[in-house]
Amino acid sequence: MAEFKYTKDHECLHIDEDIASIGITAHAQDALGDLVFIELSEVGKTVSKGDEIAVVESVKTAAEVYSPVAGEIIETNEAITDDLELISHGINEDGWLVKLKISDASALGDLMDAAAYGEYLKEID
Amino acid sequence: MSRSTALHSAHLALGAKMGAFAGYDMPLYYGLGVKKEHLWVRENVGLFDVSHMGQISLKGKGAQDLLEKLTPSSLGKLGINRIKYSVLTNENGGIIDDLMITKTAEDEFHLVINAGCKDSDIAWIKQNLTPEIEFTHYDDWALIALQGSGAQDVVREVLGIDLSDLPYMSLWYKDYTMFISRLGYTGEDGFEISVPNDGAQDVWNKLIAHKTVEPIGLAARDSLRLEMGYCLYGHDIDANTTPLEADLAWVMGKHNNDYIGAKNVLKPTKKRVGIKLTGKGVAREGAEIRNDKDEKIGELSSGGFSPSLNISIGQGYIPIEYAVAGTRIFVNVRGRNIEAQVAKMPFMPARTKKRNVIPKAS
Repeated sequence: MAEFKYTKDHECLHIDEDIASIGITAHAQDALGDLVFIELSEVGKTVSKGDEIAVVESVKTAAEVYSPVAGEIIETNEAITDDLELISHGINEDGWLVKLKISDASALGDLMDAAAYGEYLKEID
Repeated sequence: MSRSTALHSAHLALGAKMGAFAGYDMPLYYGLGVKKEHLWVRENVGLFDVSHMGQISLKGKGAQDLLEKLTPSSLGKLGINRIKYSVLTNENGGIIDDLMITKTAEDEFHLVINAGCKDSDIAWIKQNLTPEIEFTHYDDWALIALQGSGAQDVVREVLGIDLSDLPYMSLWYKDYTMFISRLGYTGEDGFEISVPNDGAQDVWNKLIAHKTVEPIGLAARDSLRLEMGYCLYGHDIDANTTPLEADLAWVMGKHNNDYIGAKNVLKPTKKRVGIKLTGKGVAREGAEIRNDKDEKIGELSSGGFSPSLNISIGQGYIPIEYAVAGTRIFVNVRGRNIEAQVAKMPFMPARTKKRNVIPKAS
């Protein structure tokens, strides 16, 4: 069954069996403000937990997006680099950045579910 | 301990995102966000608190001579209530600040200096003062910028002052309680309004209540000035750059050869240029500038996305031989070369008022 997971750095994952669609949360989008550019890693790249998989640039700043889990990038969302607004559509729709085939699921246990992430946002506010 | 301006509580009430700038807690952006604030100023009118900047005056015999020693400008031909942009130089000919100089009378000048340079500028000026010059620091005065093509209408409707005949780079004042200069840091028509701190809130509230006016933070102030190719002190100019390297030869007076550091302002080997990215991406301050052999030729001194032009732009210092508009260069961002070219500044036409207003036919 598919599920959503979240990191303290405001990445979000939609996990369907061993495939994770990764993007950034609405909170991160709000904090960044108007986006101007998205750069994605390449398909086929093997990443470890903590490796950069995308860079999201806003008028204000550049934010690196790090992979919360190890795996191989199997697909990148090229459409989003032309239409940055798609990012607000959600990672289970067309707002994901990259899709990763998870090679080591052990790190998933450290991630938050939606309720825990909601609590976390309240804490840091 | 950060300082705050007289309008600090107004920013908080407007829900501003605050941040540290030059030792002050200042609004970075408000509810609209950076991009919309930027475009609002280009299309409507923006209100900025720039009270962190320093306001000082020099009055008395020798004030003009002093300024012609501290800056490379000639002020003899500057009219009363006319304003000139200039720079302060050190013994090496390096720029220690940029500033606006208003001549309010013969040997009487009002200066607006950068917040981050305020303390060192004041010490430097005092060190060079001659006995007959009276130095005043207006540290209990606020400075409010109103920028945009409708600024003149707003001032007339809200403050009841008709400034239609006030030329660009000129000063209007009344009763020594409000000084209005027609200039700005956005490339739009507009004004900077200097008022005592205890009257600042009232002026701010009146202006912000106008339907065409939105408050604008320092982030959009930066992107607006970048589109105009204006320098941000500490980034595009500093003590290691001379006025010639900074491409500010136009502030230098033909007959002023005796300013501090003049003998060290030599024919430059590098120059500040505009840079326009033709490839996709955003390059920010510090990004390497490379030639077509992938050799580093400089760094961006400023850089960011231009909301008006929908491209990324910047400024940087590169060797003179590359400093020609159209020269193909690259900026390196996170290890990737993005195609760019040397570009003329401003990146888009300024829409400031003419320097001389032709009287209306009656």
